[in-house]
Amino acid sequence: MAGTAVTRAEVEDFLFAEADLLDGWQLDEWLALFDEERGGLYMPSTDSPDSTHTETLFLIADNMTRLRSRVSQLLSGLTWAENPPSRTNHMISNVRILGTEGDALLVKANFVVYRMRFQNIDPYIGKYRYKLLPRAGTFKILERRVILDLESLRPHGKVSFIV
Amino acid sequence: MQEVRNAAGLIVDDRESGIFRVHRSAFVDKDIFELERSRIFDRSWLFAGHASEFPDPGDFITRTVAGRPLILVRGDDGKIRALMNTCRHRGNLVCRDHKGKGAEIFRCFYHGWVYNTRGDLKGVPGEDAYSDAFDRDALGLEPAPRMHNHRGCIFVSFDPEIESFEDFMGAALAVLDNTLDLGDMEFVQGHLKYSMRANWKLLVENSMDGYHAAFTHERFFTHFMPAMGLEGRTRMPLDGGPNPSPISPTIPLGNGHVTTGYPSSGRLSQGHDYLEKYATGEMEKYRQMLTLRHGPDKSRMIEQGAGNYLIFPNLIIIDGWRVFRTFYPSSQDYMEINGWACMPKEDSPELRNVRLEWYLGFQGPGGFATPDDVEALEGCQMGFATQKEVEWSDISRGMKGITAGGPSELQMRVFWREWHSRLTTGQHAAEYGD
Repeated sequence: MAGTAVTRAEVEDFLFAEADLLDGWQLDEWLALFDEERGGLYMPSTDSPDSTHTETLFLIADNMTRLRSRVSQLLSGLTWAENPPSRTNHMISNVRILGTEGDALLVKANFVVYRMRFQNIDPYIGKYRYKLLPRAGTFKILERRVILDLESLRPHGKVSFIV
Repeated sequence: MQEVRNAAGLIVDDRESGIFRVHRSAFVDKDIFELERSRIFDRSWLFAGHASEFPDPGDFITRTVAGRPLILVRGDDGKIRALMNTCRHRGNLVCRDHKGKGAEIFRCFYHGWVYNTRGDLKGVPGEDAYSDAFDRDALGLEPAPRMHNHRGCIFVSFDPEIESFEDFMGAALAVLDNTLDLGDMEFVQGHLKYSMRANWKLLVENSMDGYHAAFTHERFFTHFMPAMGLEGRTRMPLDGGPNPSPISPTIPLGNGHVTTGYPSSGRLSQGHDYLEKYATGEMEKYRQMLTLRHGPDKSRMIEQGAGNYLIFPNLIIIDGWRVFRTFYPSSQDYMEINGWACMPKEDSPELRNVRLEWYLGFQGPGGFATPDDVEALEGCQMGFATQKEVEWSDISRGMKGITAGGPSELQMRVFWREWHSRLTTGQHAAEYGD
């Protein structure tokens, strides 16, 4: 089985490389990490971390159509909230492979993402829940769920970049 | 009353020449902020929450309203109460959860005083230590001085002498009813809690600003809408040119309340295009139900909604996305914002999902528009550091009845006229129009 042969180190390498793309604002390259049709990016509201986006108001619920649009908006210069772009630093730790679901590997990790902008340093703190599809020595992201541990987006104010 | 004399000069309202200015100290001055607290937030009906957030006996939420921690609770008697969240003994928060279901008591952990869900003090450990003058019955959790439940919308006031809710609302009540007539309305689970490093009045202005949309939210029109297969827009010319935003019918509603879309201009919003495209059959079914209930004319009015409107001082309702939004300043340059989706319980799961998709296409801290509003208002606040040199903001658009050149700023002037009157006289303004 695909899942059983994968090591944590391989998953970590993938996540660290992904973080590097995000911190470098290489968003087209980052987008290419997703499964082109079934991929998705989700961020529940801070008061409803364990909910479903079809019935609960999320902060972000992007299927691939929306995610491609999000990236094109971020790179267009028209996303004023990220123009000029924030400096970010994605820190990932506590990476664990939890099991499999169908052909996807279930991965959990902790994160602290620092956003530096206009002399403010705002830490976004939480957990990633990934569904990763092993593909030819690397992975495709089926689902990237970003669950904030923050009680609210105060004073962060917005989630305008990719956490 | 030096401060009041200062407040008088914060606005230039020259109806004859068609000039309206706001002095930028209104956004940065700590004394003005304190005056706003005592003259506006302590003396208005304030939106606190929605009954659907605590539907059953024993259900509660805690929420800070105008700086006060409150428990909104449905008692074991089914009654809704807004109780001050502070133990009558020594002050600790009695309830420290954001929300809960089926509570039977609130117990202060500090010394173990116990209150029931009606707020009555039911248990005092070692009560024998108190004299006969100690009146346990008088030491229930203090309710907010005034509370009013209008069709599930819970408003409170910290002014025991305030006018009735109906008098305060004036013509705004019919507009709110138009929003609530969409169905058996509920706050969808998922509460958007965010903030801006900006003065709260900037968000009042921004939330009903037709002028900024084409610029601040250009990406929504040029990227998001076409990506969804809906009518978009090409880039705005850099040399200005005509403003493509439609003019909304701004109507002062009395007491500082104002709407930018009621009665409706007759055009269905872009939200309808989205719902039609992605929930075609479901929307048709919903419309039939609405028509059956309200007749064709009224149901169309309900579906169109009332644009973006303000219930003074700080409840914004945006019918195009079914947004309820309220915000409180904790200082002159920072506000905490609460956002919700208020949608009908009659929604099928498919329709609800599509409504939420539309909401997230624009609204909320992760949406495709709201973050740029945050950025703009925080930028304004940074710019106000120059207020000793650059003293005035201009809010004159559309005065003297001018309709050429796109949206007016009348809705902001309505807010500022009430704000100014409250600060200087403590009373509602005499005249809101231009």
